[in-house]
Amino acid sequence: MERRTIFGGWALPAAFVLPQLLLTIFFFIWPAGQAIYGSLTRQDAFGLKTQFIGLENFEDLLTDPLYVESMGRTVAFCVAVTLISMGVALLLAVFADREIKGRGIYRTLLIWPYAVAPAVAAILWILLLHPQIGMISHGLKALGIAWDYKINGTQAMIVVVLASAWKQVSYNFIFFLAGLQSIPRSVIEAARMDGARGWRRFRTILFPLLAPTTFFLLVVNLVYSAFDTFGTIQAMTQGGPGKSTETLVVKVYRDGVVNLDLGGSSAQSVVLMLGIVMLTVMQFRFLGKRDKT
Amino acid sequence: MNGRTDWTAHIVLGIGVALFVLPVWLVFSASTQDAAMIGRGELSFIPGAGLDIYWKVLSEGAPGVAPVWHLLLVSFGMAMSIAIGKITISVLSAYAIAFFRFPFRLLCFWMIFFTLMLPVEVRIIPTYAVMAGFGLINTFTGLTMPLIASATATLLFRQTFLAIPDELVEAARMDGAGPLRFLRDILLPVSAANIAALFVILFVYGWNQYLWPLLVATDSRLDTIVIGIVKMIGADTSVEWNRVMATAVLAMLPPVAVVVLMQHWFVKGLTEGDK
Repeated sequence: MERRTIFGGWALPAAFVLPQLLLTIFFFIWPAGQAIYGSLTRQDAFGLKTQFIGLENFEDLLTDPLYVESMGRTVAFCVAVTLISMGVALLLAVFADREIKGRGIYRTLLIWPYAVAPAVAAILWILLLHPQIGMISHGLKALGIAWDYKINGTQAMIVVVLASAWKQVSYNFIFFLAGLQSIPRSVIEAARMDGARGWRRFRTILFPLLAPTTFFLLVVNLVYSAFDTFGTIQAMTQGGPGKSTETLVVKVYRDGVVNLDLGGSSAQSVVLMLGIVMLTVMQFRFLGKRDKT
Repeated sequence: MNGRTDWTAHIVLGIGVALFVLPVWLVFSASTQDAAMIGRGELSFIPGAGLDIYWKVLSEGAPGVAPVWHLLLVSFGMAMSIAIGKITISVLSAYAIAFFRFPFRLLCFWMIFFTLMLPVEVRIIPTYAVMAGFGLINTFTGLTMPLIASATATLLFRQTFLAIPDELVEAARMDGAGPLRFLRDILLPVSAANIAALFVILFVYGWNQYLWPLLVATDSRLDTIVIGIVKMIGADTSVEWNRVMATAVLAMLPPVAVVVLMQHWFVKGLTEGDK
């Protein structure tokens, strides 16, 4: 879409895009370039000589069992967080869309967690699940479960998944509810006339009509769980015990900042960039398709 | 619809609300209890000793961490700078791209668009290196600037601006409005709702940052409240849980207040902007 009427001159618009452009160049394009350059080179131990080595860093990375493991772990983590948060949000949205008393209050009470920082969500869950002070932990111990996510890797994974999913429910809820409300009442009425109720109505009418929202949220949630959960994981487990909650972003941080392996972490950054470019392209192709229809 | 109460809906939504409200209540209640008691695992749902602890954390914080009033100040400054900065430069650049023809316009557009694909988490190490080159490590500018560039906001405003009918622009020009007056008198009022929604989203985004402040500001005077909390629970010595929880409550209040008070615009802006 282009405008017919425009203003003349180019000095003013140039001045207007300049701030955005400078920030983009200095903080996005240059670092991205550096990362790509760094990923293709190797520095000697003293940082004196830099040598071009092609894709060797990537070969090292993809043959490194620790990295491959972390990739698999990240995928499992993202899928679990996405499914739980979207599932719970959809369930709540379907009921909040019904015409009941106090709808507005329910809605407000379900929306505010959007504002809670991922790292603060971790604090809430520590209070529930911490091996010594956690409220739920006592119950679990009373049931005879040896609950301590500080030493048990599987339990640690469960804990970070729960805290991460909890934080994201309200975002998904907002979108699912908006999606449901945009479905014409006549469609729902028609379904009711045909005798479709409850679960069947949801499965055959509502869910298919929600497909665009669902797809959009799927991408957003995968990006969220891959990247924004760093704060949650760092606050709860720091990637541990061992490496059992070390997702790719935690690993970049550990390798690059804590262990100062810059070449390897550049290659890791490039892999993450490729991942997010893929997700964004998927999303835009899909949105583009929807706009045309 | 038929006058009967929909009990299933109330029960499901009630459980949902409890899932979100109870943990926060527990945090509040823990903040008023004795640290040693919490440490022994004798946490209670019923608030205890009173609210003195809030005064204490605000004025003195916890060992190794700045007082919470200072943490709040840094967080507030950061969130506001990011929200206002992003909105300002995005409105300007979207205006330039939508209403002018200038050399390299499309190149500019695609360069901005490209940044959509690079969240901070992806480019931490290289961006850190660039910041170090500029000498911006441990400065407030370094804390906020790299987070101000934003493709999403620019795209959103461009969308809004493109939807403004040509006739309106034509009429404004007939009345002798130059580009600056057009921006001030027509575009800004028309996009007020968008600006409000973005403000909420960006304020929360800025307030909740963790990874970037962790990297770029090692000086404790630049600790945000989110960083401060994680530091408090990371302490090797015994954690004073009541202080941590009081700080957590204070960390949640401002962004939650912004979301709840501006709920209407926020929900509209979020779902209509397709972001």
